[in-house]
Amino acid sequence: MGSGGFAQDEPISLFPEPEPFEGPESGQPQTPKKLTGRLSASDYAFRAVARSGGVLVLALMVLVGTFLAYRAFHALRKAGWSFLTTQTWNPNGGGFGIAAVIVGTILIALVAITVAVPLAVGAALYISEYAPRRIQRGLISVVDLMAAIPSVVFGLWGAFFLQWRMVSLSRWINDWFGWIPLFQVKGVTRNYTGPTATFYTSSTFIAGVVVALMVIPIATSIMREAFSQAPPGEREGAYALGATRWGMIRAVVLPFGRGAMVGGTMLGLGRALGETIAVVMIISPVFVIQPHILQNGTSSVSSLIALQYAESTPFGVSALMAAGLALFALTLFVNFFAALIVARSRSGAVSEV
Amino acid sequence: MTTVDQSPGTTLPGRQQPGPAPQPRRLTAIRTPDVLALAGALAAALSTTGLLWTEIAPFSGLVGYIVLTWGLFVLFYAVLVSFDQSGPAVRDRLVSVVVHSLGALVVAVLVFVIAYTFWKGWHALVHANFYTTDLRTTGPLDPVTKGGVIHAIIGTLIEVGIAMSISVPLGLLTAVFMNEVPGALSRFVRTVIEAMTALPDILAGLFIYATLIIILHRGFFGGAAACALAVTTLPIVARAGDVVLRLVPGGLTEASYALGSGQWRTVWNVKLPTARSGLATAVILGTARAIGETSPVLLTAGATFHVNFNPLSGPMMSLPLLAYQSVQSPFPAEIARGFGAACTLLVLVLFLFAVARTIGGRGAGQLTPRQQRRRAMGSVRDLARYERLWAARADAGYLGDET
Repeated sequence: MGSGGFAQDEPISLFPEPEPFEGPESGQPQTPKKLTGRLSASDYAFRAVARSGGVLVLALMVLVGTFLAYRAFHALRKAGWSFLTTQTWNPNGGGFGIAAVIVGTILIALVAITVAVPLAVGAALYISEYAPRRIQRGLISVVDLMAAIPSVVFGLWGAFFLQWRMVSLSRWINDWFGWIPLFQVKGVTRNYTGPTATFYTSSTFIAGVVVALMVIPIATSIMREAFSQAPPGEREGAYALGATRWGMIRAVVLPFGRGAMVGGTMLGLGRALGETIAVVMIISPVFVIQPHILQNGTSSVSSLIALQYAESTPFGVSALMAAGLALFALTLFVNFFAALIVARSRSGAVSEV
Repeated sequence: MTTVDQSPGTTLPGRQQPGPAPQPRRLTAIRTPDVLALAGALAAALSTTGLLWTEIAPFSGLVGYIVLTWGLFVLFYAVLVSFDQSGPAVRDRLVSVVVHSLGALVVAVLVFVIAYTFWKGWHALVHANFYTTDLRTTGPLDPVTKGGVIHAIIGTLIEVGIAMSISVPLGLLTAVFMNEVPGALSRFVRTVIEAMTALPDILAGLFIYATLIIILHRGFFGGAAACALAVTTLPIVARAGDVVLRLVPGGLTEASYALGSGQWRTVWNVKLPTARSGLATAVILGTARAIGETSPVLLTAGATFHVNFNPLSGPMMSLPLLAYQSVQSPFPAEIARGFGAACTLLVLVLFLFAVARTIGGRGAGQLTPRQQRRRAMGSVRDLARYERLWAARADAGYLGDET
């Protein structure tokens, strides 16, 4: 716009009405041009290859799912609803059901989560908020590395180091909190002086603690990621208003990372539910519902499969698949729920500040 | 109030302030009272617990001692800090102490697990025969100077190699598909793959056991374990690749399209090279996961004491399975071998992880200095090529007017 030629009496408007755009050739207003992409031959080939890869993987995954469901259906048809309520596992004679193993699985996972979550939150906060910059990257590497450690290593540690050293702690909890049914141990009272080790060494509690060690790196990693993405503008705002570091964390970091905290916990729970080898190495299997987490003897679905597959008839394998499918349904539910919560939280969203 | 100066003009206050020159306050310095409070609280907690343990109450156990000391330490520290700080500051200090201890505890426990494994496996690891022989002539009572785990190392490498050669190309292709061909089908594939990441690994093993082992009637063989591992890792690789490809900046792909290249050219020349380090990290971490999986291998590969190079027939040992089975034995040499196998496994995982850290851990499009130099050299070469081209054209008289 030129600096000179304003007509004096014309009102100056800051936002003039846009004049209808005249097309260069015709006098009519232009309509937006319709854009159509035309793929070249190589793009068609690329899309075909990519689509076939996707379809192949999809077919493979669906095959696994349907095969398991089909075989499991055999067993389920025979067992009926008693599959959910029976505690014993005798597929070739008498009943079989997942009541005992699924309760054992859930209890182990709950113990693991109870132990792991406070430690994971603390470790994630330490790495993202308190650790000096120099060692921060190293700590992140250590935690990520721990998530890749094979579970058999944790199992070895649990079976050879932790199992016998946890007895005194189990005894202590039993002595002082034995009045809570969860911590009861049959046959041991506070004044019992006989050998106690055999009551405690293969319990839900110890298996849960070992699984917790596997859950901690996963949960820590997810939480740390979210904490470190808390918007710096809001952090500085909190400091500028006079908050202490903890005040800032409580007002900014924790609300921002809440979704990731729940999501990380749930993903850890999914892993805890499916863990096999470390649990097999600790527990001594029993097929009754065992609500006393300190007492010897518990069971889980994956350890049931690992211990029984070799002696099973084809029908027994079907029954194991039914149990495995029940576990799969559980982990699927937990994972989808976690994904939903993480997606709905603010974590990772762009800050307005 | 200021006195009104009659003279015209402005008067500046003198630059020399009375008193000492102001020093910038050091915000991160460690103050003496903080150190004293920490040391005092620690001393008080240690001595109180010591008194309780030895004189007053009949407690015992190292864990209890540490836990009680820690609790008392936090308590004393709170009291000491509250002498000269306000409520919020005291809470801040307490949380700081708790978070520091939790972080230290997690790192210490995790490092201890690794150290313990190496400590227990050390007897076996220091003998060369551990890496060069198998267990075919070794009984459970033989010392660790006899027999080794070469059969398990070979088995693991073959099984994981086959599994990854199936799952990496398929997984990455699926990731590209989910990113590049939007639509109902790719959304469905993504949902199914996310669901399959929740598949318990033992169920993948059970699937292969029920199909390849029972139906084929050939007994256990290494290829079956490879298939089970592929089923386990395929969704992991596909999902991780999907996430990495989504991080490629949109501007880069749009620039490529704007320059007139097609979708395939854009994927091959822009998207995949940009995401290369992330994809490599995803693949390597998937491999590390596959190496450590015990339960699918347990159900499908069988166990043997012999070296077996053929994945299509005969059982094939692998490291996690060897570790798991050896430690079931009551004999110390077998247990040492099991821990040794676990250590070998750990070293493999550590190595892969170090490789992943070296080439990965870098955002999309961020280059190492070496890569940048290489690009610069390429660009210089291109310039020289263009100049030769233009010169040749000018010689041939095509561009007479413009030059």
